[in-house]
This record gives sequence, C-alpha cells and structure tokens, in this order.
Amino acid sequence: MIGALTLLLVFQLVGEVLVRALDLPIPGPVVGMGLLFVTLIVRRGPGEQLRGTANGVLQHLSLLFVPAGTGVMLHFQRLADEWLPLSVALVFSTLLSIAVAALLLQRLTHRTHGRGESR
Amino acid sequence: MTPVLGEIWVYLSATPLLGLTLTLLAYQAALWLYRRANHHPLLNPVMLAVIMLVLVLSVTDTSYETYFDGAQFVHFLLGPATVALAIPLYAQWGRLRSMLVPLLATLVAGSLTAALSAVGIAALLGASRESMMSLAPKSVTTPIAMGVAERLGGLPSLTAVLVICTGILGAICARYVYRMLRIDDHAVRGFAIGIASHGIGTARAFQVSEQAGAFAALGMGLNGLLTAASLPWVLPWLERLTG
Repeated sequence: MIGALTLLLVFQLVGEVLVRALDLPIPGPVVGMGLLFVTLIVRRGPGEQLRGTANGVLQHLSLLFVPAGTGVMLHFQRLADEWLPLSVALVFSTLLSIAVAALLLQRLTHRTHGRGESR
Repeated sequence: MTPVLGEIWVYLSATPLLGLTLTLLAYQAALWLYRRANHHPLLNPVMLAVIMLVLVLSVTDTSYETYFDGAQFVHFLLGPATVALAIPLYAQWGRLRSMLVPLLATLVAGSLTAALSAVGIAALLGASRESMMSLAPKSVTTPIAMGVAERLGGLPSLTAVLVICTGILGAICARYVYRMLRIDDHAVRGFAIGIASHGIGTARAFQVSEQAGAFAALGMGLNGLLTAASLPWVLPWLERLTG
C-alpha cells in the first residue's frame, strides 16, 4: 500500500513540476492522472497492489471534498444576498448539462441499436 | 466551562488534531445516516458532513482557518486521489476507445451547456459580475475551477463552494434525470455526471458501478481540461458581444 501511495504521489509531483515548468493552465494532479494513464497503457495494466490502493482511495472520494465544502461558512453573507440567482442557476444548469450530455451521448452511441432501447 | 475544560479546549483548538478528527467523525456519521437510509441520494454524505461541521464550528465559535489547519490533511489527499483515477479509466480503455468521437462531441456540448447556462440564468436574475464569474467554472473539479475563476475575475473561495454545491446537486438529481430520459447505459450515465458534476458526481457514480465511475472520471478529467483552456477566452468574448 505504501509502495502504491508513493507511486501516486510521484506522478502528482511530476505533474505539478510539469505544470509549473510549461506554465500550463491545468492542475498538476490532472496531468499526473494523464501520465499514469499513458504509463498503464504502455505497461498493460496496473499491479495488484496499485489497483487495491486506488480502489481504497476512490471508495471514499466523497470524504475528500468535505473540508473545501465547509468553506461555505466564509460566504454566508454573499449567499444570503444573492441566493436566488445563484441557486436557480446552479439547479437548472446542473440538470440541463446532465440531460444534454446524456441524451447526446446516448444518441451518438446507440444509433445502430435503436434509440431508448436498453443494452 | 470549568478552568480545566477551558485549558483542554485551548490546547485542542491549537492543534490540527481537532479539525482532522472532526472531519472524519462528521463523515462517519454522515455515511452511517446515508446507509441507514438505503443510500437515498437526498442524504448525500458530503452535504450531511458539511452541515454537521458548519454547525459544530459555529456553536464552538471556531474559525474556518483554525478548522482547516487540521482538515488540510484530508484536503491534500484530493491530489493523489485524482492521479488514482487513471486506474479505473484504464480498466475501461477498450470501450472508451471504441466511442472516442461521440465522447468528444458530448464533452464539448456538455461543457459549454454547463458554463453558459449557469452564467446566463444568473445574469437574467441579476447576479453580480463577481458571482457570475465565480459560477462559470462550477462544473469542473475544485482546483481547476478556482484557477479559472481567478482568471475571469471571480472569487476563488466562492467558486470552491459553488463547485461543491454543483457536485452535490448532480449526485442527488442525476438518477431522476436518467429515469425520466430513460438512460440505462452506465457508460453514458457516468460520462454525463462527470462532465456536469466533477468529483462528487464521480464519487456517486463509483457507488453505482465501476464502469459508471470510470466514465465519470473521464468526463470530469476532460471537462477540466476543456474548461481551463476555453472559458478564459469564451466568456470575455461573450461579454463583448452582449455589451
């Protein structure tokens, strides 16, 4: 597990260094994910240990958003002032983008099987 | 408070231990509730944990900065967790390669819908420019969104909150949208929620199936790249266009 964790951190570190060196507008961990993905394709898959650790971390992905979410307490005043535009925009835009993306991808990939038919 | 309790409190509030432990306790409690309610999407664990933490911090008059001294250790793990998304992604490589063009077309449409519809609705309802620019990158993962908001002239810390709200909303509502539109394919479901509600949507998709999770991770990663590259010039251009 420590070996796998080290590997994840090394890829993140390389990602962070690349982002700064090349002045990319993308966060380091995303570049690290891309590099690890390419590495896995070249090496034809992750080892047992890496797979296990990754699944362990991703199972509790939700937990990792809690500290940033708690930052809501810094913005109570603005949220109280602009709650209507912000909440309507959030709800409608989120629903709309899920619907648009899902319908489009469904159409583009299931043309041959007939629309609306489940796989 | 008795003097002894007061002393203990002074000690506790000065170490990172308290913020860290509180975060984990709140999450455990939230998970317990979520499981008791049979994984009902309305009881999203991130939302429950945040509500509990805000209540505890307000009641004890603890500042967010003090709390974050401890919670940053959890926050830090977002980095390696993002890197780890490469593994489920690789597991879906075969299917992914076969639908590359539809995925890219969907990405562009979904990404623009997410950003422009949010800004448009907020503008119609009279939001401030700062809020609109903080809202624009709400569908992508927190670190990218904060960087984009800063470039656009929004408030990065407000963006972090709006991003989390978007994630929770997507995680709660997606299943109803899919049921209504009769979308059954887990690859399609995952990709759409990943585009619209990033990591929290992805976390939710992993609870449904590994395939949904992998496609959500892909949607999240790609939308992060596209949004970072496109919004900083699309929005100023639109602003000039609409005066």
